[in-house]
Amino acid sequence: MNNIGTYVLLSFISAIVLFAICRKTAVFDCFLSGAKDGIKNAVSILPALIALLFAVKLLTASGITESITAVCSPLLQKIRFPAEILPLCILSPISGSGSLSAFQDILAVYGADSYIGRVASVIAGATETTFYAVTVYYGAIGVKKIRHTIAAALCADIAGFILASFFVRLFFY
Amino acid sequence: MMNYIWPCMILLSILFACITGNVPAVGDAVFSSVTEAVSLTIKMLGMFCFWSGIMQIAKTSGLTSIISKLLSPLLKRIFPSIQNDDDTKNAVSMNITANLLGLGNAATPLGIEAMRRLQTHTANKAVASNDMVLFVVLNTACIRIIPTTAAMLRHEAGAAAPMDILPATLLTSLLSCTCGLVAARVFEGIRHE
Repeated sequence: MNNIGTYVLLSFISAIVLFAICRKTAVFDCFLSGAKDGIKNAVSILPALIALLFAVKLLTASGITESITAVCSPLLQKIRFPAEILPLCILSPISGSGSLSAFQDILAVYGADSYIGRVASVIAGATETTFYAVTVYYGAIGVKKIRHTIAAALCADIAGFILASFFVRLFFY
Repeated sequence: MMNYIWPCMILLSILFACITGNVPAVGDAVFSSVTEAVSLTIKMLGMFCFWSGIMQIAKTSGLTSIISKLLSPLLKRIFPSIQNDDDTKNAVSMNITANLLGLGNAATPLGIEAMRRLQTHTANKAVASNDMVLFVVLNTACIRIIPTTAAMLRHEAGAAAPMDILPATLLTSLLSCTCGLVAARVFEGIRHE
């Protein structure tokens, strides 16, 4: 069961490469030109990552995260949602680097294969930066009144958080 | 927005640390966070390159345009009003395909193009139409097939099988995306009345 992901990944890669060979694409050259863009993208997020990992670490070290967790824990326990993930949930709609930082912090503290680590992994893997998409798309075409966009997008985010903890329990525990 | 949130995070932390006496730990965090950000970037660098390379192959070989054609009947149901506008339909489905494959950087320009075309269908250019809202929600809550970055960081953190989260991630993103679409439809109904 746990290997399904690995099989999907490997079949995905082989399907792409096979298809490209059948279409007579210069596979190796394509890969190199794409990978070159990857360097640019990875390095370009470093400044934001430094800023946000710094802020997330401060929140954790100061004890604020722990206090928020303690306050929200009884309520969240009712839906069996781990309160330790709240910083990730708060940051993930707002900032991509912020959610990456919070995710990394959770992995370092609780481990990747713990319940908390797994729920955080699913949230980090399944959610997008809501406010980024809203700002970029509406900003680019000059729309001022965005009506119910934020409300609907946040509904999707919150559903994602709750579903992540549900599916991790379903698949792993 | 981050111009407000970021300083709040920092100042609140320092204030809270002074009250609770966690000052030494916060001082440490200043140094450890910066080096950790650099090592995080280095950890992700390889995966970013690898994945961009694989996706470049998919793009050049024409696989993405085939997937985008397969998606178009589904998108016709989600956006009935653009049924007869092939250019708009094409831009929308290319954007969704790029998101589906995790091609974040390719998705953005395609999405802006799609938004511009959707805008031509509205009377008041400064107000978002129902289709535009739906489209943006689809982009904020997109279905993710392979969670590469999350799996990469799990691997680095010592996970036994980093990709074991794939089924849960796929189902979570699929259902949360559906929730977003339903919510958008429900809210537009409420606003009409």
